[in-house]
Amino acid sequence: MQLNRDELVQAYRQMRTIREFEERVHTEFATGDIPGFVHLYAGEEASAVGVCLNLKDGDYIASTHRGHGHCIAKGCDVKGMMQEIYGRAGGLCGGKGGSMHIADLSQGMMGANGIVGGGPPLICGAALTTKTLKTGGVAVAFVGDGASNQGTTLESYNLAKVWKLPAIFVVEDNGYAESTSSAYAVAGSQSKRADAFGMPGYEVDGNDLVAMHEVAREAVERARDGGGPSLIHARLNRFYGHFEGDAMTYRGDGEVEKLRAEADCIQLFRKHVTEAGLLDAAQLDAVDAEVTSLIDEAVDEAKAAPPPAAEELLTDVYVSY
Amino acid sequence: MTKTIQAVTMPKWGLAMTEGMVAAWHVEEGSEIAAGDEILDIETTKITNAFEAPGAGVLRRQVVAEGETVPVGALLAVVAGADVTDADIDAFIADFEANFDAEAAAAAEGGGPEPEVTEAGGRRLRYLKAGDGDATPALLLHGFGGDLNSWMFNQPALAEDRPVFALDLPGHGGSAKEVGPGDVAALAAAATDFMDALGIDRAHLAGHSLGGAVALAIALDDPTRAASLTLVCPAGLGPDINMDYIEGFIAAGRRKQLKPVLEQLFADPELVSRDMMEDIIKYKRLDGAVAALQTIAGAAFAGGRQATVMNDQVEAVSAPVQVIWGTQDRIVPAAHADTLPPQVEVHRFDDAGHMVHMEKAAEVNGLLTGFIAE
Amino acid sequence: MAKKSFREAINETLLQEMRRDPTVIVMGEDIAGGAGSPGEDDAWGGVLGVTKGLVAEFGRERVLDTPLTESAYVGAAAGAAATGLRPVAELMFVDFMGVCFDQIFNQAAKFRYMFGGKAVTPMVIRTMYGAGFRAASQHSQCLYPIFTHIPGLKVAIPSSAYEAKGLLTQAIRDDDPVMFFEHKAMYDEEEDVPDDPYTIPFGEANLTREGDDVTIVAIGRMVQFSNQVADKLEADGISCTVVDPRTTSPLDEDTILECAEETGRVVVVDEANPRCSMARDIAALVAERSFGALKAPVRQVTPPHTPVPFAPGLEDLYIPTPDKIEAAVREVAAA
Repeated sequence: MQLNRDELVQAYRQMRTIREFEERVHTEFATGDIPGFVHLYAGEEASAVGVCLNLKDGDYIASTHRGHGHCIAKGCDVKGMMQEIYGRAGGLCGGKGGSMHIADLSQGMMGANGIVGGGPPLICGAALTTKTLKTGGVAVAFVGDGASNQGTTLESYNLAKVWKLPAIFVVEDNGYAESTSSAYAVAGSQSKRADAFGMPGYEVDGNDLVAMHEVAREAVERARDGGGPSLIHARLNRFYGHFEGDAMTYRGDGEVEKLRAEADCIQLFRKHVTEAGLLDAAQLDAVDAEVTSLIDEAVDEAKAAPPPAAEELLTDVYVSY
Repeated sequence: MTKTIQAVTMPKWGLAMTEGMVAAWHVEEGSEIAAGDEILDIETTKITNAFEAPGAGVLRRQVVAEGETVPVGALLAVVAGADVTDADIDAFIADFEANFDAEAAAAAEGGGPEPEVTEAGGRRLRYLKAGDGDATPALLLHGFGGDLNSWMFNQPALAEDRPVFALDLPGHGGSAKEVGPGDVAALAAAATDFMDALGIDRAHLAGHSLGGAVALAIALDDPTRAASLTLVCPAGLGPDINMDYIEGFIAAGRRKQLKPVLEQLFADPELVSRDMMEDIIKYKRLDGAVAALQTIAGAAFAGGRQATVMNDQVEAVSAPVQVIWGTQDRIVPAAHADTLPPQVEVHRFDDAGHMVHMEKAAEVNGLLTGFIAE
Repeated sequence: MAKKSFREAINETLLQEMRRDPTVIVMGEDIAGGAGSPGEDDAWGGVLGVTKGLVAEFGRERVLDTPLTESAYVGAAAGAAATGLRPVAELMFVDFMGVCFDQIFNQAAKFRYMFGGKAVTPMVIRTMYGAGFRAASQHSQCLYPIFTHIPGLKVAIPSSAYEAKGLLTQAIRDDDPVMFFEHKAMYDEEEDVPDDPYTIPFGEANLTREGDDVTIVAIGRMVQFSNQVADKLEADGISCTVVDPRTTSPLDEDTILECAEETGRVVVVDEANPRCSMARDIAALVAERSFGALKAPVRQVTPPHTPVPFAPGLEDLYIPTPDKIEAAVREVAAA
């Protein structure tokens, strides 16, 4: 189904927001102002955005340690996210979660996750909720090629199928689990794994927003209609290291530069919509300017924002204790 | 000759009692006793109380020594005429003990009255029926926070002559915890619904504390329902109420907090037992129990005063009325009885508090049975 | 009020809470049993029959037989809890925590803190524990100290049928994740249990005996053993307080310390292995906070630091017994 102009602009805006967010976090992390470590989603934007364009309020996603893109695509507040990454009191999680645990349940975002393979069982639970309460909602687990080998992921495929849950598993295969290539670490094929569990499996070019959106639309509709789970295997690219500070010595000479030049999902999208006459360049440039200004503000505000008060150490462990 | 030999056995006070300890003998072997004499103190996990001789004669043998604990139904003493030989007494004891089976006795007790439930006025009400026969039944109404077990020392004595119903008022014991507005009128309506549900047209009403106000309200509302009225440390006769007690009772979640609250109920605070507290805490944990108590307290004792004061209407009650009060009552002042018209018999016990029907069970039972029989 | 077994008390609680709240669901392996099989539906009702009959009333939408897949369904319980259900998941034996611990301690336990107080995860994991069933090393452990160690989890260990109903009702209504431990040797033990629902608050220890000479702090099934010892020693002139903490998280430190200070002599009885156990934890608490009141060193009665053995003779040696508790109490009473 063709995206209309508004949806195309929205898709572009979201991808650009993720990219700008990640590029700025990359730059700012190098200054030492951001505590801990971060895993950047730059290069993979078409997946999060292509899938989440199909989702509504009442739908859930679970993410990974590389979660900023999923958060933005599902509607989390960008400024709140930036403050969280800086460990500020005004962050989405009050500065107590950080990059790996950004969550906003009010947006259906069940959290980035520090545990590889943590998300799929949670999504089975969210899907069980929507099914039990008959809300019509669906739940999506984003996992990397690394998590695709975790028992939790494979068990979740089985459980989702056995319980006919409205669940979608999106395997974002950027070719590397940390430094280990998926060519080495993944036996068989992702979509044939779906076959083995009796659920539809899609192989899709994760750099192609339109293609991502289309397979996700099918999978989401199936889930909403009671048709059970699906699996989407998206091949895509990671522009930065596993974490910031990763020297990426395991990658080939010029590999990233070539990907940025030839397989950047945002540039491919821009080329597609302008050449097809769907959107004009000036329109897209205006989005770029708005996004840049938003991220500038987010960073400035985050830097100026106060850290959590000392007493916050002891709060929020329990609802009551 | 055995028919002149009577066994005195461990009584069952309250539903949960399985055994008791002989705390003290008040009568020596060889003494003449009359029926109703307090011959020994029995301590249970719930409370210590005096035990009355079931019949007259000579206390020939104390079978259980002070400090010993025996099961319900076990032989405590032997009462017989002076002419019965020691050999016959020995034979009686040997025979009793040979045939006594604690488990069978407990089972037989278990086969005695058990609480039942009925639907009345759209809510579940629990009650305990004891006794039978054609005599006008009695209905026992407990006080704030109590339940049908409040009458455990009194119901058996009354039940010798008539059917006696001890009711759990709404919000209490095993009854539903919905109390509606929770005021005296609402509780009285529920008690009347109960009488209707069981086909009790008319009953001797005995009410303790808040249950006294409920009994009085029933009699005022429909004089045909009350054959007589016994009000034990009743509410409804004056404005005063110990709100520290009421609020403390509602607030206490643990034995440690509850103990000082309950001690106000008795002249002898030692009577507050661990099991008594445990039963109350278990009741208060039930869904809706604390909310029910709050509603009742808010309605019946609004602003720390009794909301329903009926002392000037007692004169209008056609049925005979008696009032029994422990003068050491720290919950409802015994002085409220001073305002009553002269036709009301008022009995005061100086060494008892608010739980006079427990602390002076034998005397109160005498007053109850005598008054009702008249 | 009727006598009910520990098993019946738990079954009745689930039934009543599922009637009260349509968001309460139960899930687990063989929790009904017979799913998809040609024979009887509700064939097992849980491996020891605790959940029997639930599926007949609530259907398979709310009584979910799971595949043998603890990672997936315990994680699903966490996800369902965070999104609006109140799942009660049965982890058949706590020994199986090894294959689903991440979902409990990294996910469910931490949502609220990591997400800045915005998550509510009202899940219960019911699980069997304890030795005495000749079930050997992988079906007999008392792993509650491990869960007690994790902030964000609550841990309830009922010591009787009455306690089980009140604590499980509280667990289901509680907005935090709760580990609920059921000793497999206790399922047939009966006592009076009210028919109506009731809750026992967490973090309030229960004094099952009150005495002047020695305080025995005991967990779960060990409470019963300690009560037996206290009753026996009473006749010998040693009067004991028995403290049942009911929940190890939260732990009612105040009551434990008060009793310790009143008696000055403390024995802690724990069926878990001794290292990093509740016994050690409570002994350390008393030693640190009530040292001045102690008249004797705190004694711990625990199994040895070994796996649970299979051979009946060895298992009997392993489990703390009333005799071992009595010996320890006599020792501190004489010290």
